[in-house]
Amino acid sequence: MWDFVQEQILGMKWLNTLIGNLLTASGLDVSGRIGGSIHFFLYDVIKIVILLCVLIFFISFIQSYFPPERTKKILGKFHGIGANITAALLGTVTPFCSCSSIPLFMGFTSAGLPLGVTFSFLISSPMVDLGSLVLLMSIFGARVAVVYVVLGLVIAVMGGTLIEKLHMEDQVEDFIRNAKQIDMPQAELTVKDRMRYAAEQAAGTLKKVFPYILAGVGIGAVIHNWIPEDFIAGFLGTGNPFGVIIATAVGIPMYADIFGCIPIAEALLAKGARLGVVLSFMMGVTTLSLPSMIMLKKAVKPRLLGMFTALCTAGIIIVGYFFNAIEHLLF
Amino acid sequence: MNVKVLGGGCSKCETLLSNVKEAVASTGADADIEYITDFAVIGSYGIMSTPALMIDDRIVSVGRVLKSSEIEKLLR
Repeated sequence: MWDFVQEQILGMKWLNTLIGNLLTASGLDVSGRIGGSIHFFLYDVIKIVILLCVLIFFISFIQSYFPPERTKKILGKFHGIGANITAALLGTVTPFCSCSSIPLFMGFTSAGLPLGVTFSFLISSPMVDLGSLVLLMSIFGARVAVVYVVLGLVIAVMGGTLIEKLHMEDQVEDFIRNAKQIDMPQAELTVKDRMRYAAEQAAGTLKKVFPYILAGVGIGAVIHNWIPEDFIAGFLGTGNPFGVIIATAVGIPMYADIFGCIPIAEALLAKGARLGVVLSFMMGVTTLSLPSMIMLKKAVKPRLLGMFTALCTAGIIIVGYFFNAIEHLLF
Repeated sequence: MNVKVLGGGCSKCETLLSNVKEAVASTGADADIEYITDFAVIGSYGIMSTPALMIDDRIVSVGRVLKSSEIEKLLR
């Protein structure tokens, strides 16, 4: 039963077969390079667009129950590591985009939340969200998805706790530390309001990430059909102990949505790259990027920004090697 | 009246600003539109998600790109 859900509903194998048959009927050889590339491209673009619209709609609906103002209040009730764990968990359901990170930082700080708790939130928020959980399930299976999310949360909790222990409060810009606590009255939303919000989010996200999906699937199609398996397997497979580090270093400066990097990850995995290598690439792309760092640089001084980057990078590399080590248990 | 669009300059904030301009033009409201990108100011109103919209120093929306038809209703 679960296999059916994973292969046909989340993985949409039927779509793959359908497109394959249509292309064959129109006289294209889908086992050849060009036909195969077209097949992969069409199937992946359609699959990801459908998944994205459905997922973002449901996720945004859930997220509308956790606006940052509410998250701030919930977090105020927890202390110690419990607060870090709660922050990492709420990071997965609070709607967040990198341009909101500074007002959110100010709101958390002015409410008296410790710096480490804020950072647990800031690390977990882009790295693990409900969307990545479902998306990973559709491509790598439930076990990989669950382990990915758990490890992402562990990185967020440990990263935040370390930043707390280092007492870097003086590394936060003054305008944030001096922000006054203001509680905004919360508007009561009806289910209709939430549905409208969710539909707007789905449409807005699709518009924003569609170019990344096309680019990601295009790169995926090239990897899938044109790059020899020996090359990828040798470079990013069991033969290269530095595969995880290379993948992390390539992924971090890149700025893309998880929906854009999934097809690349999928193609690399099919060509013999190791699971840990592929997942550290994805974590690198989604967690850290130049635009988000430029944004965060306005809020914190270089030493804390450096610490944040170093912690995330180290966490991603450790997770990569961990996945490589347990890969044989997950498939 | 005074209308403030608050946001860090991302594409969503730009869209809200242009929708506000459109709504002001179509209703003919006598409004000065301010675009506030300074995070210190944005945070000082207690706003935690952008883009946000304020009309006469009252926060009317946060974290959403309102359509110009919705803004028209708020301007009346």
